[in-house]
Amino acid sequence: MREFWRGFSRNRTTVAGLAFFAAVALIAVFGPHFYPDGPFKLVAKPFLPPGGTYLFGTDMLGRDVAAGIVYGARTSLVIGLTSTFFAIVAGALVGGVAGYYGRWVDEALMRWTEIFQTIPFFIFAILLVAVLAPSVKSVILAIAVVSWPPMSRLVRGEFMAMRGREFVEACVGMGMSDARVIFVHILPNCLSSVIVTGSLMVATAILTESSLSFLGLSDPNLMSWGFMVGAGREFLQRAPWLCAVPGIAILLTVLAINLIGEGLSDALNPRLRQA
Amino acid sequence: MLRRLLQAVPTLLVIAVLNFCVIQLAPGDAADVLAGESGGATPEYMTQLRHRFGLDRSKFVQLAVYVKNVLGFDLGYSFRDGMPVRELILQRLGPTLLLMGTTIVFSIVLGVFLGLVAAAHVNTWRDNLLSVLSLLSYATPLFWVGLMLIGVFSLKLGWFPTSGMESVAAFYEGWDRVVDIAHHLVLPALTLSLFYMALYTRLMRAAMLEQWGMDYVTTARAKGLTERRIALRHVLRNAVLPVVTMAGVQIGALLGGSVVVETVFGWPGMGLLAFQSLFARDVNLLLGIFFVSACLVVVVNLLVDLVYFALDPRIEVR
Amino acid sequence: MSAPILEIRNLTIDLPEGADRPHAVRDVSLDLHRNEILCLVGESGSGKSVTSRSIIGLLARGVRPSAGQVLFRGEDLLRASPKRLRELRGSQISMIFQEPMTALNPLKSVGDQTEEVISVHTGMSKAKRMARIVELFDAVQLPEPRRLLRAYPHQLSGGQRQRAMIAMALALEPAVLIADEPTTALDVTTQAQILALIKGIQAQRHMGVLFVTHDFGVVSEIADRVAVMQRGSVVESGSTAQVLRTPRHDYTRLLIGSIPSLIPPERKPRDDSRPVLSAVALCKSYRSGGSLFGGKDRIAHAAKGVNLTIHRGETLGLVGESGSGKSTVARCLARLIDADGGRILLGDTDLLPLSRRQLRPYRRRIQMVFQDPFGSLNPRRKVGKLIAEGPMIHGMPEREAMSRACELLELVGMDRRAVDRYPHEFSGGQRQRIGIARALALEPEVLVADEPVSALDVSIQAQVLKLLADIRDRLNLTMLFITHDLRVAAQVCDTIAVMRLGEIVECGPTGEVYASPRHAYTRELLAAVPGKEMGLMVRELHEGAGACP
Repeated sequence: MREFWRGFSRNRTTVAGLAFFAAVALIAVFGPHFYPDGPFKLVAKPFLPPGGTYLFGTDMLGRDVAAGIVYGARTSLVIGLTSTFFAIVAGALVGGVAGYYGRWVDEALMRWTEIFQTIPFFIFAILLVAVLAPSVKSVILAIAVVSWPPMSRLVRGEFMAMRGREFVEACVGMGMSDARVIFVHILPNCLSSVIVTGSLMVATAILTESSLSFLGLSDPNLMSWGFMVGAGREFLQRAPWLCAVPGIAILLTVLAINLIGEGLSDALNPRLRQA
Repeated sequence: MLRRLLQAVPTLLVIAVLNFCVIQLAPGDAADVLAGESGGATPEYMTQLRHRFGLDRSKFVQLAVYVKNVLGFDLGYSFRDGMPVRELILQRLGPTLLLMGTTIVFSIVLGVFLGLVAAAHVNTWRDNLLSVLSLLSYATPLFWVGLMLIGVFSLKLGWFPTSGMESVAAFYEGWDRVVDIAHHLVLPALTLSLFYMALYTRLMRAAMLEQWGMDYVTTARAKGLTERRIALRHVLRNAVLPVVTMAGVQIGALLGGSVVVETVFGWPGMGLLAFQSLFARDVNLLLGIFFVSACLVVVVNLLVDLVYFALDPRIEVR
Repeated sequence: MSAPILEIRNLTIDLPEGADRPHAVRDVSLDLHRNEILCLVGESGSGKSVTSRSIIGLLARGVRPSAGQVLFRGEDLLRASPKRLRELRGSQISMIFQEPMTALNPLKSVGDQTEEVISVHTGMSKAKRMARIVELFDAVQLPEPRRLLRAYPHQLSGGQRQRAMIAMALALEPAVLIADEPTTALDVTTQAQILALIKGIQAQRHMGVLFVTHDFGVVSEIADRVAVMQRGSVVESGSTAQVLRTPRHDYTRLLIGSIPSLIPPERKPRDDSRPVLSAVALCKSYRSGGSLFGGKDRIAHAAKGVNLTIHRGETLGLVGESGSGKSTVARCLARLIDADGGRILLGDTDLLPLSRRQLRPYRRRIQMVFQDPFGSLNPRRKVGKLIAEGPMIHGMPEREAMSRACELLELVGMDRRAVDRYPHEFSGGQRQRIGIARALALEPEVLVADEPVSALDVSIQAQVLKLLADIRDRLNLTMLFITHDLRVAAQVCDTIAVMRLGEIVECGPTGEVYASPRHAYTRELLAAVPGKEMGLMVRELHEGAGACP
């Protein structure tokens, strides 16, 4: 563990990513406390530029952009993390079963995964949210549904490789139950790549969520960064900060998560570090 | 090859079934969903719809009827525009293909080139600059890139038009029209390419570095080849393979991205159509777009396979 | 003797910081003359490959020569410009490698790759180049040269790939050929052919060949002179006969003494003839290429009606080349893979129809020892847990299982403190001992050992083989021993079964099979074992060693 931390913290950009992500998380948890009126409250005149009483100015209706950013952080993180969690569980389950049992089970599950991978996933997500009516639940569901296939392919690949390793054969040869082989021997050995890919999936999920809400497919009761950009785009010339500020928020958050992912990857796969 | 074609059929079948399931998910019966929530449909139209989809019969028959219709590209009727979905989509297919093709070619060519540069100068300022840039492009939402490009290059500098595919009022003909369209294409294509370019750059860099460690590179050195020749004649082709594979995998995502980009730039393709149908809650049109784009992905994947066959002699063409 | 064509003088090569030792090679001096084969022998990590690669500047990044000279016709190659080195590579000094599959570019035809050497170094016309390639392919005895030059590496067999590599190396008639373990990845019969080819071509063209190998058998077949390396230094060199017959250095003596003899030792007859494990008409085939959606299947028969019986206390050796199906049979018997047909009798029970669940109580009675000392132990579990886990899942309390693990570690010659350490802290030989302890923990009736010593250096190999023999005698174990190495088989096995293409072609007591093989393939295999004359030398050595203590 200590070795892991040394590898992880050696990279300054990773630490910066982690620090920024921690800040976003803190804002998401405690920020709304400072804006008790919520992000939809009209607080001042419309189109006040940033830098005055209101840090990021106000929008076309006179809402505080900073409040939107704070509440948007909460939305982004909740949706990003939850949908990734479900996608990882589903992907690992399908991939694990396919990789461990192989043969026709693998063939069938992988054809299914492949089909899911071929479909234009963002359009499918749009379709799902549109049909189910936009809400936090439907957005999470849609993102999870479209993001499990890569995870399942990854886990399957790892399991296949492990299944061929002699130490797993030895376990089977001892008469171990499948569950024990999978959970005690194989899973811990592929955890590192699942963690790395999972962290990158959170970033993708946040991007997907922002695109959906940009197109107007977000929970109408929740403020979201993508929605703010979408609403502000009509006023690009008059009030560029309406698009710029939430956009930068998305960019930095996703960037921070990607940096963490890279740091994890370097620390967990020493083999790659040398390259 | 024939085998790959045959494999495409179940894919489309599953997508048709998926479409059907999505309709079932929605509240109300299919006719309600398909006619839209606007209530604009006449009772006669509703009856007609119910009959067409066999809604008076069992779910299983409904599924069969629906799948049969969809696979025959009978995608139903869009009440928003008052015309068959198929025709609506066909009108919009061209612009989307143009945007997609440009993006694919542009991002692969540039991505491969930049990856090559980064790998050749690994751990120098060039490499570092490229990895910072690709990390940034990786993290930026497409719509935001598009908006910022419009803000800078269209609104501030006035170099490029803000939206659309051509200057309709100018009635350009022939070559002028081509130039005009190309002028409109620059920003959307750039926006859509940026992410993929970053992806391919990183992939290409990693693949080049990995291939440099291979035994055949040592052999090539032992033959007395220059490093440049080894890179271009031996390593390049091996390193491009994962990029080609990735390009195939990314086609679906690219089409998804084009919804956002077309929306931002008012590019009159399928993506913009999707956005408009979303606005009008025209689910049937959306289903049609989804199905057609899935078909597109399948077709492009077949093309990618062909490229792969040409590059890698180890794959047998069946 | 004329001046050497290649001289290595006091060469020292540094390893990058953080490596386990500061120098890969220290103060090495070697001479290579025209028209001779110099073998550089040593175990893994001895620096033999690094030495050979340093000659034409093919060292890995971070590994660099820090002192000494490499003189080629008097020119110091360590100080030559990159351009000059490139001129020499492939034209004056050529190199061939261990693994011809990865050493060739998979995306280019072997003809193109050979042509490249010629076109880079000469201004020969296209037609002349093609004629030259055909001539070369002919010289290395590739069949149908004109057709084969359009073939891609994956379309050739291992031996053919190595021939193509050799053709490429010979393209411009180099004065020096460096061969880095060129036959290690090949089967024994192919190895014999390639060795003969290299020797023939060397004699014909009067080249100097620097031949790197770990195998003294190969040395005795091919070398004129030998240099023995140990941990970065040359400990002994001289003519082949002198080094093999009267080695002066202890290490050389240890190495040569570790080579198993091809002559099986006398064995006491077994008193027990009850069969423990037998296979009856065992079949297994693999299909590839096909899928749920059609496509032509290619079926490879790994086992076609294999019959074998192992009796109590017997060690049955299953020998054969790669692809003969010997590992498949072993894994079928241990029920790690499911056979397609036939019967697997453990005592009176047919294991084949049993489901995974029904099989579980029988599992412990057949245990395996694997080939790869790195892949066969879970890297994330401590050694004690690894060994104790088997008994524990069969109901032994943890405390008892752990103390048993300690006893087993001592039985396999390790310190009992190893229980609290992770596998990566041990060397290959030690890991193999841990693997044996793990298999023994379940007190199996039959031990299936799949190439248990193939990945080990020869001195370690001798120790592990001795351990296996000891344990077998002490515990009266029944063993199925899979190996490609007829020397190892001779020393370990009571009975030998020779496999080829999924069939057992000959089976009988080891002494009889080795002395008078009945099947043509067995004869071919035995004839291909490198260093048969050396058997005599080694015997002399052992006797000599006995004479003067």
